[in-house]
Amino acid sequence: MQLTLWTYEGPPHIGAMRVATAMTGLHYVLHAPQGDTYADLLFTMIERRDARPPVTYTTFRAQDLGRDTAELFKTSVAAAYARFQPQAMIVGASCTAELIQDDPGGLAKALDLPIPVIPLELPAYQKKENWGASETFYRLVRALAGAPAPRLAREPGRRPTCNILGPTALGFRHRDDLIEIRRLLDSLGIDVNVVAPLGASPADLGRLKDADFNVVLYPETARSAAEYLKKSFGQPFTREVPLGVGATRRFVAEVAALAGIDPASFLDGPGSRLPWYSRSVDSTYLTAKRVFVFGDATHAIGIARMAARELGFTVVGLGTYSREFAREVRAEAAEHGIEALITDDYLDVEAAIRAAAPELVLGTQMERHVAKRLGIPCAVISAPVHVQDFPARYAPQMGFEGANVLFDTLVHPLMMGLEEHLLGMFREDPEFHDGVGPSHLGGNPRAASTAEAPEVTQAADPVPAAAPILLDEDVVITAAPWAPEAEKELKKIPFFVRGKARSNTEKFARERRLPLITLETLYDAKAHYGR
Amino acid sequence: MNAPVPPPTACGGIDFHQENGQRAVFCGLTGIVWLHRKIQDAFFLVVGSRTCAHLIQSAAGVMIFAEPRFATAIIDERDLAGIADANEELDRVVTRLIERRPDIKLLFLVGSCPSEVIKLDLSRAAQRLSGRLAPVRVLNYSGSGIETTFTQGEDACLAALVPELPRAPAEAAPSLLIVGALADVVEDQFLRIFSAMGIADVRFLPARRAGAMPAIGRGTRYLLAQPFLADTARALDERGAHRLAAPFPLGAEGTTGWLQAAADAFGVDDTTFAAATAAGRGRAETALAPHREKLGGKRVFFFPDSQLEVPLARFLARELGVALVEVGTPYLHRAHLAAEIEMLPAGTRVTEGQSLDDQMDRCRAARPDLTVCGLGLANPLEAEGLSTKWSIELLFTPVQGYEQAGDLAELFARPLRRRALLEV
Repeated sequence: MQLTLWTYEGPPHIGAMRVATAMTGLHYVLHAPQGDTYADLLFTMIERRDARPPVTYTTFRAQDLGRDTAELFKTSVAAAYARFQPQAMIVGASCTAELIQDDPGGLAKALDLPIPVIPLELPAYQKKENWGASETFYRLVRALAGAPAPRLAREPGRRPTCNILGPTALGFRHRDDLIEIRRLLDSLGIDVNVVAPLGASPADLGRLKDADFNVVLYPETARSAAEYLKKSFGQPFTREVPLGVGATRRFVAEVAALAGIDPASFLDGPGSRLPWYSRSVDSTYLTAKRVFVFGDATHAIGIARMAARELGFTVVGLGTYSREFAREVRAEAAEHGIEALITDDYLDVEAAIRAAAPELVLGTQMERHVAKRLGIPCAVISAPVHVQDFPARYAPQMGFEGANVLFDTLVHPLMMGLEEHLLGMFREDPEFHDGVGPSHLGGNPRAASTAEAPEVTQAADPVPAAAPILLDEDVVITAAPWAPEAEKELKKIPFFVRGKARSNTEKFARERRLPLITLETLYDAKAHYGR
Repeated sequence: MNAPVPPPTACGGIDFHQENGQRAVFCGLTGIVWLHRKIQDAFFLVVGSRTCAHLIQSAAGVMIFAEPRFATAIIDERDLAGIADANEELDRVVTRLIERRPDIKLLFLVGSCPSEVIKLDLSRAAQRLSGRLAPVRVLNYSGSGIETTFTQGEDACLAALVPELPRAPAEAAPSLLIVGALADVVEDQFLRIFSAMGIADVRFLPARRAGAMPAIGRGTRYLLAQPFLADTARALDERGAHRLAAPFPLGAEGTTGWLQAAADAFGVDDTTFAAATAAGRGRAETALAPHREKLGGKRVFFFPDSQLEVPLARFLARELGVALVEVGTPYLHRAHLAAEIEMLPAGTRVTEGQSLDDQMDRCRAARPDLTVCGLGLANPLEAEGLSTKWSIELLFTPVQGYEQAGDLAELFARPLRRRALLEV
């Protein structure tokens, strides 16, 4: 048993729902107890879908357990077929139905429906949502892509074609990533054969083999299917995920090589605004900002690489909840000289964030709340997300426009962070201190602002307090006292670095066993710790 | 599913139907989302699967981040394979939890579908842990979807509390107990009215703290504040308490009828009762009047959800002039709802149970002006051009009593007003 307050991923049948809901002409019959229909609202509310997911639940109850739940399942499949007339169906069990051991595949087969019915085995007590999506997509492709055959050479003069694999329902920015990547491929002169699962029908899966190669946008959901297509039809697939400018350029080169075309004219085009924005002097203060990255493996790896190489941040933490991709994340973390955090326990993530003391957190909805609690700026870069991260506006993560979006997304919370610091720094200014109201309102004293000041002070200084140093004889050396003129000088240091200056000076004094911190100690320490 | 619907049977003056098939409802675990706010030193530990954790997370929305007092002990394959003794595992998880949250005085082990199906005996676990963790009390109930629908989770929770309630002395004067979680502000309003009527000893179940749960005995008269408390009422009856039959305190009329039941039982004279309720009734009337214009004559369709549907339909029909197309309810407790059923317009179609697709077909065919339904159906129906009111809000918003009558009407009027406002 595992004590869980928050889960990064749902159970695997939610992954199957994400695939089924993404597609058209497919229906999912889920053997599940009453109550499991809650999952519908993820799609209708968070993604704001305008139709119910194509899922029929058996919603069995205790009274049904004494009777024949298998019969109930068969009736449900027959009724769903009669009502929705899908091209194909998937059938499976949720966690509770897995325990009662009816056999959805066998029961559905006995009905002898005139369409493909694909059984899903989703072990709910071992696996999770992304695995469920990947497995479902793989099973669908296996069942519907047709008999394995060698790939035919492309006819001369025909534009190269590819499939785009991976986008699902409830995917973080999948809708707009797809638009962006379609546009990119079109500019390169590559046609898109089938996009799947998003928007594809079972019949479309039968046409997957017609493409020259596959573009895998989200390895979490599409790598297994792509491996199968490679094995069965000789279609190669892309490894680079186009998150950031560099990755997009590498992705373009990879795609061009697979398509046998020259990407030079495209790569010489306008590209992204990120490189210039990042070089403009306004961005200098971003240099070596300490950033902590956590999310699904694909986004964590891509965004960490981009943060370091394209924004000049220092990655001080990198992790994922996707155990299936732990190896890749560990390799990326090693590039940044750190150890990867592989966990699905948000308390572990919170502890790691505290320990790394970053200046910016990039993560999921959960890290957003952790960062809020710790007073650290934050941006969301990965599922799971709330409704606000299924925006009405165009907001891809991938490709050149995605890089523009990411620049803004990663920098905005810091700008706001800087604003906060400046406000704090000028707090003791005679015209700007806490007791003075806004000048445009006549500068009358404000009543309720002083109460929050200490909290802000603490929040603005994520550096943990220095622990007392234990000597061999276990004597605790406390910090030396501050001479009055040193204390006064400390107050002249800008508010947002004052905490660090104080702790550095005290550490410096402890290490040298100085009896008093003087003006000289302060500046000696500054010189000692200066970058 | 899609089984033939049994022929309508006469029940009061309503057109009663029962339906079987796919149900689009929450399970009883969802009750945790509001119960943990109500009992401020209780913790709710679901023993279930990742699905259960995901459900509560989805239902609780942003509340999950506020260091909530609920969690899930996720059963994994080691527990199922018998490699790990599930009881030892549970003890380990609970011990760790209590160490981390020393402020917890009452722990509920909440059963789920998986724990019920593998027959994990949570009641024995609760007894065992109660002894080990004293003074922390450990109770259990089931919020599983196979046994409970949405608000029935609260029923199961309160029913588990009843045997634990202190015994009131035999010679104690009659006291009034209000049963069902209400918003604090609503409790306080009712307390003031009861006090004006001269009923001084009024207690609430659940109380706001584990150590302050009401005593109970032969002198206890109780009023149900919610229509979904069948098992709790049975448990109270077994301890000698006496239920006061009443409509539910929704709308001015329901509130007056509910208060009247207490007044009658405690011998409050008509003048005192009128004086205690006059101001509230007047304000409710003022607040309802403008909504009557907007909602009068509108046709409303209820999908089953919380068992609040019948009292809400009664309020909408009688106080706002709404026409009822269909009133779906997951379960109809005819004794507790007797007063409500009597007040429904004659011939109102009431459907107990659900066959989702058939019910959606009826709704589409009727094209009601307003459809009250869950969040899985609301946007799809809106996209089909039907106005909806999502029903879960009726559980989280204070809606009972005179002062909330206008707010309650507003919840139904708002979607219609919005539809009229939007030009694009």
